Amino acid sequence: MTTRIVELRRGILKKNDELAAVLRERFTRAGVLVLNLVSSPGTGKTAFLELTLRRLTQAGARAAALVGDLETDNDARRLAASGAPVRQINTHGICHLDAEMIAKHLDEWSNVETGVELENLDYLFIENVGNLVCPSSYDLGEKIRVALLSVTEGEDKPLKYPTLFNSADAAAITKIDIAEACEFDHELALHNINEIRPGIRIFETSAKTGAGVDAWMAYLEEQRAAISR
Amino acid sequence: MHELSIVESVVDAVTETAAKYPGSTVKSVKLRVGVLASVVKESLEFCWELATVGTPLASATLVVNSVPIVVHCAGCGRDSEIEGVQSLRCPHCGELAADLRQGRELEIESIEIEEPDSESAGQPVGESAGPTVQETK
Repeated sequence: MTTRIVELRRGILKKNDELAAVLRERFTRAGVLVLNLVSSPGTGKTAFLELTLRRLTQAGARAAALVGDLETDNDARRLAASGAPVRQINTHGICHLDAEMIAKHLDEWSNVETGVELENLDYLFIENVGNLVCPSSYDLGEKIRVALLSVTEGEDKPLKYPTLFNSADAAAITKIDIAEACEFDHELALHNINEIRPGIRIFETSAKTGAGVDAWMAYLEEQRAAISR
Repeated sequence: MHELSIVESVVDAVTETAAKYPGSTVKSVKLRVGVLASVVKESLEFCWELATVGTPLASATLVVNSVPIVVHCAGCGRDSEIEGVQSLRCPHCGELAADLRQGRELEIESIEIEEPDSESAGQPVGESAGPTVQETK
């Protein structure tokens, strides 16, 4: 018998990465800014997105959302109230979204009567499954990954889940209207996020009072303008 | 939680490569996993047992090598390894270093296969299966 070592040097998620690269090219060609929102369950991704979609739609921007959950279309129904087109992705037990699910749902979406074409959008938001671990491994072709953290989760969350915060391009601290009641030390939270992802843009927001949302909207507009059509 | 789907991707890729060496048996599979890859070694090993049952990899062992974080410091220009994952600071000058050079790896490094000694052995079938770096008898 002969023993042989075959060197592979191959990314384990190569298929996902390749498909994500194809999606990214499609998004760029269509001139749509794509954001992937990631957080724990209960951080307030849906409320944050609800307000974002409403504000964008009111301002005349064309925004849409894909929303991932294990089961139910509750979030899609909530988000649809903003007037933006929304499509639910049910993963049926899978703890994250992957590039294949995004590609499949975009294709199905463009085939229905009330369909959405990427070319007709300025913004596409992807609300990932609530999970602070697994979604960080899966590139969805997004331009910006936003990690969300609510004041109820504690300032050390970025240190407990460094991989997700490290892979993010922007961070949003949510529910700041109840920060005081939670004795949330926001300087410490900002410090911790910055230790894991130096220089990241951080927004402190409240979907309830609308605090901090103007800065977030300005950021979106600025990022959208940076895309060449 | 997603380690099972990761292991399944490994099984598919390794099975594909091993098929280029007819009659061979895969003895081990070596992975490189960055400390920022969001993957737990013990989970991978547990899932490996489950995912390889009834496949040509059932008797293969999984070797998971951890890859530490390396950052490039804009201040002092040095590349440094960082201990742990709590702070991306240059160990030389203490500056925060945003330029990550290593630590997110999630890849199959190599596989060890055992081939029967025959005239046809030694040459992969079909497309190149990548460079062979070591042979022992």
